[in-house]
Amino acid sequence: MSGSTPGGATAGPLLAVEDLRVSFPGKGWRAPRVEVLKGVSLDIRPGETLGLVGESGSGKTTIGRAILGLVPVGSGAITFAGERIDRAAARRRRELSRDIQVIFQDPYTSLNPSLTVGDTLSEPLLAQGYAAREARERVGRLLDRVELPADAAHRLPREFSGGQRQRVAIARALAIGPRLIVCDEPVSALDLTTQKTVLDLLVEIQERTGVSYLFVSHDLSVVRFMSHRVAVIHRGEIVETGEAAEVTAEPRHPYTRGLLLAAPVADVAAQRARRQAFEREYGAAT
Amino acid sequence: MSESTPAALPSAPGPVRRAGAARLLLAHPLGLVSAIVLAAVVAGVLLAPVLSPQDPDVSNLRDAFGGPAAGHPLGFDSAGRDILTRLLHGGRNTLGGAVIALAVALALGVPSGLLAGYRGGRFDSAAGWVVNLVMALPAMVVLLASRAILGPTVWVLMVVLGFLVAPVFFRLVRGIVANVRNELYVDAAKVSGLRDRRIVARHVLIVVRAPIIIQVALVSGIAVGLQAGLEFLGIGSGDTPTWGAMLNEAFKNIQRAPLLMLWPGLALGLTNGALVLLAAALRDVLEDRGAAPAVRRRRAPAPEAPRGTDGTPAGAGGRARLLSVRDLAVSYALPGGGEREVVHGVDLDVRAGEIVGLVGESGSGKTQTAFSILGILPEGGRVSRGSITVEGQEIVGMPERRHRALRGDVVAYVPQEPMSNLDPAFTVGSQLVEPMRCKLGISRAEATRRALDLLSLVEIADPRRTFGSYPHEISGGMAQRVLIAGAMSCDPRLLIADEPTTALDVMVQAEVLGLLRRLQRERGLGVLLVTHNLGVVADLCDRVAVMKQGRIVETGTAEQVLHAPGDPYTQRLLGAVLDDVPARGPWRPSNAEVS
Repeated sequence: MSGSTPGGATAGPLLAVEDLRVSFPGKGWRAPRVEVLKGVSLDIRPGETLGLVGESGSGKTTIGRAILGLVPVGSGAITFAGERIDRAAARRRRELSRDIQVIFQDPYTSLNPSLTVGDTLSEPLLAQGYAAREARERVGRLLDRVELPADAAHRLPREFSGGQRQRVAIARALAIGPRLIVCDEPVSALDLTTQKTVLDLLVEIQERTGVSYLFVSHDLSVVRFMSHRVAVIHRGEIVETGEAAEVTAEPRHPYTRGLLLAAPVADVAAQRARRQAFEREYGAAT
Repeated sequence: MSESTPAALPSAPGPVRRAGAARLLLAHPLGLVSAIVLAAVVAGVLLAPVLSPQDPDVSNLRDAFGGPAAGHPLGFDSAGRDILTRLLHGGRNTLGGAVIALAVALALGVPSGLLAGYRGGRFDSAAGWVVNLVMALPAMVVLLASRAILGPTVWVLMVVLGFLVAPVFFRLVRGIVANVRNELYVDAAKVSGLRDRRIVARHVLIVVRAPIIIQVALVSGIAVGLQAGLEFLGIGSGDTPTWGAMLNEAFKNIQRAPLLMLWPGLALGLTNGALVLLAAALRDVLEDRGAAPAVRRRRAPAPEAPRGTDGTPAGAGGRARLLSVRDLAVSYALPGGGEREVVHGVDLDVRAGEIVGLVGESGSGKTQTAFSILGILPEGGRVSRGSITVEGQEIVGMPERRHRALRGDVVAYVPQEPMSNLDPAFTVGSQLVEPMRCKLGISRAEATRRALDLLSLVEIADPRRTFGSYPHEISGGMAQRVLIAGAMSCDPRLLIADEPTTALDVMVQAEVLGLLRRLQRERGLGVLLVTHNLGVVADLCDRVAVMKQGRIVETGTAEQVLHAPGDPYTQRLLGAVLDDVPARGPWRPSNAEVS
């Protein structure tokens, strides 16, 4: 947009996060602040998926929320398309919603239970100044794109399954044609078979529209399926970044290796080998 | 998480706002009666000039204490004024006063509560202080003082009362809004570029609406009562007729004409009672709509004992001694009457020293099956058919007392959410010790010794420290170990683990799985492992049963099921596993239109 980089083979990053630090007030009277992100740097190129893997409490969700402007940034810089957005004013923030969108983890609480799917989907469109009729047409196309029936617009979220709700959330994120979508564990609440179809849909959308994803997940195999590059976060620090195939098959950092060995595979012999390797390396069960 | 308990059950109709709260209220017997009474009172009061055109202050001393007469059905008061007229006109002042108090309270409490709850921060703390201060003021004293300063009019007093009641609304609204603010859909609205004002109007107000309506009914009752009380004490506007003032006058003549107390008392009692009952009915209608109708737990008929070889539909020959389930069906009562079957005829066996996986997606009935074995089906659910034997004892239809004895002794349970299964008010130690003392009848010292042994059995590094910790002081993985320790405390022979590692991180999961394997090996435990994770199955299970929509579609050894699945559904499940999917290739500058 603003910078309009001359489109070359080496397009600059769409989003760059540099030395990002975020802390939250500690619990209790005059408790010290708890630092959740301790200088995180990462970048995402146009049309790229960066997978962000970590365990609970590692700060992976906080990175996404900082990019979205939902948590205050302590220090460091977040640059989107050449523009610093870490301290964007409320007005600019609202404009940015055209470019940066989100899909949350829990499809049950991320949709307002008392609004119809159509109302939920037209909300961002109306906020960006679309006329009501135009918005309605666009909602119809969005539902079609995420493979939901057209009459879904008139129904309430509770009439849909988890996977269908997540499709609604995807449609909402796509509504204004963003350039970056923060996907915060979008499939971890879904069943195995639903998970696969939702991931397929996300990949297909990316290939069609060239949107970038920051794909946050705790599941290494999901991240491998989705991402071009993978960053591993541990206790608020990125411990390893690299091509998805490398990081998820031959990780260099011991923490990533642990994550890989600890994840059980659905193959009896392979899992036995994996378990033995895990126990050898981490001396778990004796 | 929603996939554990009754998520997939015949969920009672959730908040059906569309079905019309008003219609539901009128279908509620209490709601209907109180609404009719209130409507009658309000209509009578509003139509006072039409119903009794004479002035309420017209007095004729000759009629004083006179009984009912033509045109004066309730007779006359001590000053010879028509009682019905005064009741109707007095009601205008009494109810009008309550409306003023309410309006003031709402106007002050709701917006400030919205702001404080949504924005938090400094305004919230400041408003909190003010509200606490107002709540600390004794209402009666303030009202008396304000009458002395501002003069004896009902209306001013009611405005002051409104001030005093406003904190009730502030607190109510602030509390709810502060919760809603953290909902993901509010975050999503922010990311959608909505202004705060619009978010509040669209997403927040809707949530506080019902509680405010309920509170309004309650507070108006209080306002009416308080106002009447003030007037009764003679602290009001002396000359305007109100129900309280009528009571006051009647009280002065209670010896001479006790009946005079009746009419204003009745009016007050009816109005207040109707308001309180209406509030209760509103609460039922607006808030508790998720509650299923109370269903008496019916017990399934005990199956004709050993249904071994003759007519068993599943054949399958002999039943396992430790746990054997045959033709199990689980049904849930529907809110409108009738039942819905969610598990349709499940056969399952677990032998001693064997880990059997029960695999399925959410809503497949796997947790329902596990709960039936434990006898802890949620409200409304029952085993409607089939037989479950544990160590040869039939437990379908077994009296609850004997079943309870079986749980813990023979069958133990490890739940999915470790944290919510520990009581935050007690230390880990006491939660281990108490059940053992109760179950095994041993002394506290002996139970403590055993609890410490158990904690080291489950590989907790510092048992003594964990023993004295509260649940919030330990991690999720540790909590799950504690629960496993608790499950092992009475030396069970069958362990039922419902997604025991789903809430844990993978590293911790690997450790807990290792622990379960060791316990099973060392103690010859039979384990029924409910899970959705095929990796966990590969890691731990000897045999697997795959469930889909309340039926078992495939059973076999872990190797068979995972490597040569026979059923199309199992094949589909395995097809969705991402373990062997190749990584996505490296990124190339796209030729897509963006940027």
